[in-house]
Amino acid sequence: MDDAVPAPAIGDATDAFVARLEDVVKDYPGPPRVRALDHASLQIRTGELAAIVGPSGSGKTTLLQIMGTLDRPTSGRVAIAGYDLDVLSDRELSALRAQQIGFVFQQFFLLERETAVENVANGLIYRGINTRERRELAATALERVGLGHRLQHRAFQLSGGERQRVAVARAVVGRPAIVLADEPTGNLDTRRADEIIELLEQLNRDGVTIVVITHSLEVAERLPRLIRIRDGQIVDDSGITATMPRVAGPS
Amino acid sequence: MPERLTPSRLSARNILHTAVVGVNTRRNRSIMSAIGIAIGIAAIVGVLGLSNSSRSNLINQIDALGTNLIQVQPQTGIGVGTAQLPATAAGTIARIPNVQAVSQEVATGVNVYRSRYVPSDFTAGLSVTAVDPNILTTLHGAVSQGHFLNAANITYPVAVLGATAAHALGIVSLDGAPTVSIGGQNFTVVGILDPFPLSPALDSSAMVGIPAAVSILGVSNSPTTIDVRANPDDIAAVLGALAATANPENPDQIAATSPTAQLQAKAAATSTLTELLLGLGAVALLVGGVGIANIMVITVLERRSEIGLRRALGATRRHIMVQFITESLILAAIGGIAGVLLGVIATVVFAELQNWGVIIPAIAVWGGLLAALVIGGIAGLYPALRAARLSPTEALRST
Repeated sequence: MDDAVPAPAIGDATDAFVARLEDVVKDYPGPPRVRALDHASLQIRTGELAAIVGPSGSGKTTLLQIMGTLDRPTSGRVAIAGYDLDVLSDRELSALRAQQIGFVFQQFFLLERETAVENVANGLIYRGINTRERRELAATALERVGLGHRLQHRAFQLSGGERQRVAVARAVVGRPAIVLADEPTGNLDTRRADEIIELLEQLNRDGVTIVVITHSLEVAERLPRLIRIRDGQIVDDSGITATMPRVAGPS
Repeated sequence: MPERLTPSRLSARNILHTAVVGVNTRRNRSIMSAIGIAIGIAAIVGVLGLSNSSRSNLINQIDALGTNLIQVQPQTGIGVGTAQLPATAAGTIARIPNVQAVSQEVATGVNVYRSRYVPSDFTAGLSVTAVDPNILTTLHGAVSQGHFLNAANITYPVAVLGATAAHALGIVSLDGAPTVSIGGQNFTVVGILDPFPLSPALDSSAMVGIPAAVSILGVSNSPTTIDVRANPDDIAAVLGALAATANPENPDQIAATSPTAQLQAKAAATSTLTELLLGLGAVALLVGGVGIANIMVITVLERRSEIGLRRALGATRRHIMVQFITESLILAAIGGIAGVLLGVIATVVFAELQNWGVIIPAIAVWGGLLAALVIGGIAGLYPALRAARLSPTEALRST
């Protein structure tokens, strides 16, 4: 398969895209063999707030894992924050996650016995920043998500909404190029879910690039850009405009 | 290409922090698994401490006694009958080359009483021994009050009391020239001795001069024990010559022994019990190690999501491995320190009860801690490798 048109230089320093997926295929070896992503292409620009929505089994979690460099595609190319994943070693991927990617998970994944500040400071622990500075940055991040009064509470003492705020603070504390949120409202009641979405919107207004993955169309429709995924394929993308360059596909 | 990525880093302090948090979140289970190690280390430290303390006690006794004392006694046993040492034995032994001092003891077979009115049954376990005046130097004894027997008084009814005898007779001071009754005669007490280092028989004796014993108490002058000090380098030669010299007619009726040699042999021997206990300690340590390995495997299974989170936060496989090995080392170190403390306490308490000097060999303490850490490291290796090998997506899959 020859490329008739040279593919845009992926991983270029001038890349305006914080995340760039090009013709990505992800197969899980069976049996039975499952194709979770089927030639998916997607670009996220700096400063965007996008929702990827799809039913369960549609491949959205796989998409998030590949965007988050937690997994490598079977084929296709991926660049995050200008780094081409193909040429990065496992250790370099870890460094990329530490410095450029923030995660928010449905299950929060807080260390229960640690305080809110410690949990957020953990977001910087693999970056070689000293403890005092990490705690200061963590406290600032918690203020930012409205938990300035809960700094020294241990995770198990916090409500679900508060726990997810701590997780959001942990994701943004290192000023990553992109924040990936996997069903951030999945374990919350409607009111808390609204508050988290509002928080994400507010962070986005402050310049944080955020991709929310959800099965809930209700959540997704509130966000400026909506990307639909089904059976591993991007079936609809409200963000694609005529002015944006389309990725060259196989001819 | 954008600038090179600086590799993820985890400072030593943060390694320790993450590991301590890990251990702390399941405190009870951590304590349980550390107990196994603690018991093993405690057993080993205790056994080494006690055997060393008891050995040092024996060596102290040997030092007190001197390494060159030989005791000559008539051979007793079947076919020998009631052998006696010839009265001339002490004189002939003194002529053996390399013999430094010779002293005789004669058991008189009579008892000592506070006064003649004390019923003869009330002996208080005290005996009367006739001795040479130089026995004090031969047996390394010392005078507590008054003075010992000497050439001027050995023919007269004077007595010197051993420490136990003086106490039993209620004589604490020589003021007023106290007397004791021996064989119906009053003997003036001229001295009280300190305890002998290793002659408890003399401690509970009243000692009188041999000439006085012969003339006043009518005992035979045949010695029952001859204490010999030999040149330390020639003990074997002296021992070989003793029997024939002491009793040329019947050398087989002579038993010459070196009590210090027996103590030295005792000190050198490791008792089977010690070895058994050390073996048990090693088994406990091994079981403790398996316990730690076990809890670490469970931990890795239970904390998959934490591993996934840490990988998402930028931890490398190595960071994960180091974290779990450190947790395992912390558990082992807690167990090791507790074990060393337990072992030391057990040794101190037991040694004090036995009146031994407390000796805890440094190797037992450091070796114990080192063994605990080595076992912790080995026990943690496999679970840590498993944790490190877990792929981030697998780890994050909801539990």
